[in-house]
Amino acid sequence: MAQAAIELIGINKSFGAVRANRDINLEVARGTIHGIVGENGAGKSTLMSILYGFYQADSGEIRVGGKPVSIHTSNDAIALGIGMVHQHFMLVDNFTVLENVILGAESDALLKSSITKARSELDRLEREYGLEVDPDAVIEELPVGLQQRVEILKALYRGAEILILDEPTGVLTPAEADHLFRILKQLKDQGKTIVLITHKLREIMAITDTVSVMRQGTMVATRTTKETTVGELAELMVGRRVLLRVEKGQSEAGAVKLSVKNLTVKDQRGVTMVDNVSFDVRGGEIVGIAGVAGNGQSELLEAISGIRHAVSGEVMLDGKPIDLTGKADPGELRDRGLAHVPEDRHHVGLVLAFEENENSILGYHDDERYLKGPFLDVDAIMADAKDKIEKYDIRPANPRLKTANFSGGNQQKIVLAREMEQDPGVLIVGQPTRGVDVGAIEFIHKRLIAMRDQGKAVLVVSVELDEIRSLSDRILVMFAGRVVGERGPDATEGELGLLMAGVEHQEAAE
Amino acid sequence: MSTPYAKLPAWADYGLIPLINLSVAFIVAGFVVMLVGENPFRAAVILVEGAFGKGTGIAFTLFYATTFIFTGLSVAVAAHCSLFNIGTEGQAYIGGLGIALVCLSFDSVLPWWVIFPIAIVAAAAFGALWGLIPAYLQAKRGSHIVITTIMFNFIAASTMVYLLVGALKPAGSQAPQTRNFLAGAELPKLNWVIELFGAKIRSAPLNICFLLALVMAFLVWLLIWRTRLGYEMRTYGHSPKAARYAGISETRIIITAMMISGALAGMMALNPVMGDQHNVAIDFVSGAGYVGIAVALMGRLHPVGIVLAAILFGMLYQGGAELAFEMPAISRDMIVIIQGLVILFAGALEHMFRPYIQALFASISPKSVGMQAVRGTGA
Repeated sequence: MAQAAIELIGINKSFGAVRANRDINLEVARGTIHGIVGENGAGKSTLMSILYGFYQADSGEIRVGGKPVSIHTSNDAIALGIGMVHQHFMLVDNFTVLENVILGAESDALLKSSITKARSELDRLEREYGLEVDPDAVIEELPVGLQQRVEILKALYRGAEILILDEPTGVLTPAEADHLFRILKQLKDQGKTIVLITHKLREIMAITDTVSVMRQGTMVATRTTKETTVGELAELMVGRRVLLRVEKGQSEAGAVKLSVKNLTVKDQRGVTMVDNVSFDVRGGEIVGIAGVAGNGQSELLEAISGIRHAVSGEVMLDGKPIDLTGKADPGELRDRGLAHVPEDRHHVGLVLAFEENENSILGYHDDERYLKGPFLDVDAIMADAKDKIEKYDIRPANPRLKTANFSGGNQQKIVLAREMEQDPGVLIVGQPTRGVDVGAIEFIHKRLIAMRDQGKAVLVVSVELDEIRSLSDRILVMFAGRVVGERGPDATEGELGLLMAGVEHQEAAE
Repeated sequence: MSTPYAKLPAWADYGLIPLINLSVAFIVAGFVVMLVGENPFRAAVILVEGAFGKGTGIAFTLFYATTFIFTGLSVAVAAHCSLFNIGTEGQAYIGGLGIALVCLSFDSVLPWWVIFPIAIVAAAAFGALWGLIPAYLQAKRGSHIVITTIMFNFIAASTMVYLLVGALKPAGSQAPQTRNFLAGAELPKLNWVIELFGAKIRSAPLNICFLLALVMAFLVWLLIWRTRLGYEMRTYGHSPKAARYAGISETRIIITAMMISGALAGMMALNPVMGDQHNVAIDFVSGAGYVGIAVALMGRLHPVGIVLAAILFGMLYQGGAELAFEMPAISRDMIVIIQGLVILFAGALEHMFRPYIQALFASISPKSVGMQAVRGTGA
């Protein structure tokens, strides 16, 4: 075995009574890709945060290249050649790509020389690894997929020898993920060491050399990837067998509930994000929209839910048009039976600082069930929240707990419970299981299918191709703002992948 | 996976940490007192005795506190909607104009208990209108509320000077103030309540506005945590995107919050104008609006905290005046420095000691920091 790049010996870390990491031993060999899998809350990110200097271990030892080191800040980690790409990007939104890359690595007080140096260096990195990004683009105007590239460039620019990636493909499509994996393999061939944190087993199988499994703060097993199977890893992760594909019956599509005709949406820069899109969703079917992130899916959802201004076209809800000026009252659309689970639950779907029960009425807070005159009916809200907690198995079952203290999967269940329990005719869901672990994914998928079986129209947008294929009765593929194809649920991944990459679209255009 | 979120038990959060912050402020203030060659312990005794030692002192302390409760609540209501209302000063000043108009018109014909409710409405309405303009500019034009409210403080001050040396000044008078109100516009004192406890009061301005302030504190609590409007304000305050998603109109919520904030600021003027001076004089607000920012921050935007913080600042005002009188080396400016230190440690540096306290609690008793609740099993 090659010499160890990183050794973690007997790492313990507690946050109060929670032992996030107990007695962790991990050895990552130099020049390999080492996967760490586990459910949300298993302690993966905590462990990597210790390695990257965000947290201090309560006890234990870290060795880098065989030498014991102490890492107190991320600067220590960077000096040791450790780079990290976070799940939630650490970028300054209103800086350009270039400015973000040099941030904290400026060579002197005046920026000019740093910028010149960074520009040529970026150019080289971009060419070498195929990480094309416009160095002068402002971060907030870039789609998430590109923002992640900037994060990787940042780490490489700082000369990282060991690269930690925390859930890197959560925001990527298969094509983008494959691209990322090619980059990672290239890096590995040059002798760099990569630690990949994920809960997607397919990725582990596709790219890693070695895989370690964490469960509830402990390291339960380390395997050579070639000698293990997805089934074994899944079992190790959750301690039981999981259903990777939800069973569902034939759909019985009824009347058209949601109809989108020639919808065009532009973003704040005037770039066309949704280009003349038309489709129908019928009661009793799930329509899935697949596509690489940033191809107009987000804008489409926002326009349909009345949050974003559409330039032209119309959207009919139960045969009646909805206001597309961007001034529509989402409250009125809710009254008309349109429920919306937004893509961004942290900033849009939830108020993280609120107690759970307060979030379980968000958007429905002017429903008279929750009110006594101008006052909130606290008892009714509490009873309602408890009811949803029980039905959706939200844990911990405490409606007074601050929402930020729930895990990602449970936060998503809070949103889903709120929207589904209103018994809407049309449910639109953006990224139903982003950042959600295996157990909760199964639960959420079953719920969505139950909605369909009750005759609701369900529109799902997801960048997870597996999810789209498993849920949808019909699959629409978006590329560059257009719907470039429609397929049945039996479409192969390769077929959809080509559509998502715009291959067929380009051929048709020629 | 989410970062475990450490929290403290409520008593430490709302009691212990402010107490530590306050102690540090007083220790540093003690060094300042030593620098000018006075004994800090004796200064502390004079300060506390001046504020709470005698009946008169207590009455003055509560009188100042009344003013700060109003301005603190005003800042807090706007802050819950993520609006930083620096304009409390000007809104209170203009609130005084409303009171002046009511009192000058009716003080010869109506008794105080009829004038008082009318004056409350007038003060609130004038303050609210002064808050409405910056709110409208923020909601519709995107002009930042901090900038516009600061500018509106200057406009308020200039307007009041113009009126107080002109239309509102009695003919022949040299002073830039209205004529003194008649008995009909004088509010009853509350000094007898303190005298019930056996303290003697010579003359002190404590009046029924103190009770009004406490009622408003309760109403603000009700508004923020128990009404639909308060819920909408907090939603917008935490996340404008979530508010948009929830169908809450940005324009409506900004304007409503600022008008309520302005109304509370305007009501502050009742206390000095009708309760004490019985006229509207130039610069009668004298910085109480800015103190309100410190009071609101120190009170953590909660009415109970605001009442307590207001009493603390009332103590500093009253005790500070005594101190400047008793110790010639300590000037009025020194008192301002001490007040500034309290604001610095209890407001601006509020979270300085928090990580250490959290670490301490976590090591003594992990359960007390509520960590067991953090763990979302599985999902």
